[in-house]
Amino acid sequence: MTPSAGSADAPPRAAWHETVVEAFKANEVRLIPYVPDNVLKPLIAAVHADPFFTAFPAAREEEAVGIVAGGCMAGVRGAVLMQTSGFATLANVLASLPCAFQIPVLLVVSERGTLGEFNLGQAMVWRTMRPVLEALGMEHHTITRLDECGFVCDRAIKQAVATQQPAALILSPLLTGGKAPARQADA
Amino acid sequence: MSVSTAVPGTGGTATGAHNARRMHRADLMRRLSARLTRGEAVVGGIGNTNFDLWAAGHRPQNFYMLGSMGLAVPIALGVALAQPGRRVFALEGDGSLLMQLGCLATVASQAPRNLAILVFDNGAYQITGGQPTPAVAAGADFMAVARGCGLAGAAWAADEAEFERMLNHCLAADGPHVVGLKLDDRPPAGQTERDPAQIRDRFMRGLGAKRSALPG
Repeated sequence: MTPSAGSADAPPRAAWHETVVEAFKANEVRLIPYVPDNVLKPLIAAVHADPFFTAFPAAREEEAVGIVAGGCMAGVRGAVLMQTSGFATLANVLASLPCAFQIPVLLVVSERGTLGEFNLGQAMVWRTMRPVLEALGMEHHTITRLDECGFVCDRAIKQAVATQQPAALILSPLLTGGKAPARQADA
Repeated sequence: MSVSTAVPGTGGTATGAHNARRMHRADLMRRLSARLTRGEAVVGGIGNTNFDLWAAGHRPQNFYMLGSMGLAVPIALGVALAQPGRRVFALEGDGSLLMQLGCLATVASQAPRNLAILVFDNGAYQITGGQPTPAVAAGADFMAVARGCGLAGAAWAADEAEFERMLNHCLAADGPHVVGLKLDDRPPAGQTERDPAQIRDRFMRGLGAKRSALPG
């Protein structure tokens, strides 16, 4: 456990990934297929380390959406972890599976392409994410603050389940620190 | 029209498709359906695959995909992981599987003992006019691909009798199982009612994942 904030006056606050894990557990979200992302590393490590979760990598984000949809219909809730460019591969399957069939598939998207992006491809594909979510009529929330992270995750999951609708949680670099533009040569 | 000649380049192996009989999808679906007596879940891939599943007679544990081409196996994997005590069948067409070959490695990595994948291979995109898939010209062998992904028992059914024997195995032995079925080019025997919310609701009730006072 590595508290990321706090002072002598306030108790240390859990890190963002600990808060997400807490919201998953409080809402019985157990099945976690993912396509890896650097920023998501601590969250991926946390769900692997905890036997509460069934976490594993999928070959594509589309496939992971199918797995979570199947799990939901069979009574086990789940969430797909991905980065922005992975979300951009999903319009068809989101429209025709969780949206059309009304299945509460949760997407947790690590936001690349903004606030210091160094890869133009990522910056270009970032522009498509919110327009696609809007066009699909999907509930989505961008989490920028640690003190709001738990509330947003918990309430977004509860609403998705209660209304039988998919939802996306976008983890802003303001929350996670993002992927640092270390060197220009990095891709 | 679909390709009805033997797929080139796949001969020479014991489980090759070169000598597999071209079977009738609607007949295979009826044979499958007749064997499902323990509430087995069935996920039918898009188009003619789920049309013939529907035509074989609706069961509460059937799910019919409408869109999301290539996701029958992933959806079935999710069901299998969520309910390890229930056997789950994924019915996927060759064109659909070709869109999402990576899912075979994911299935192998999770190795769900209760999952069986049936690949219905007519070599064509039948519902869009019968254009051949690129796998035909390439001589790609889906069972060899599945074995290469770690699904060691993947094999073509030589004929209907062997399909029945392989079904026995899928229903009795630990999986994951993969069975390849070469099809003729006959059209589907029916057409699924396209009402996604109703399909999802009935499937969830059929799996015991939803209870409702509403009739249905």
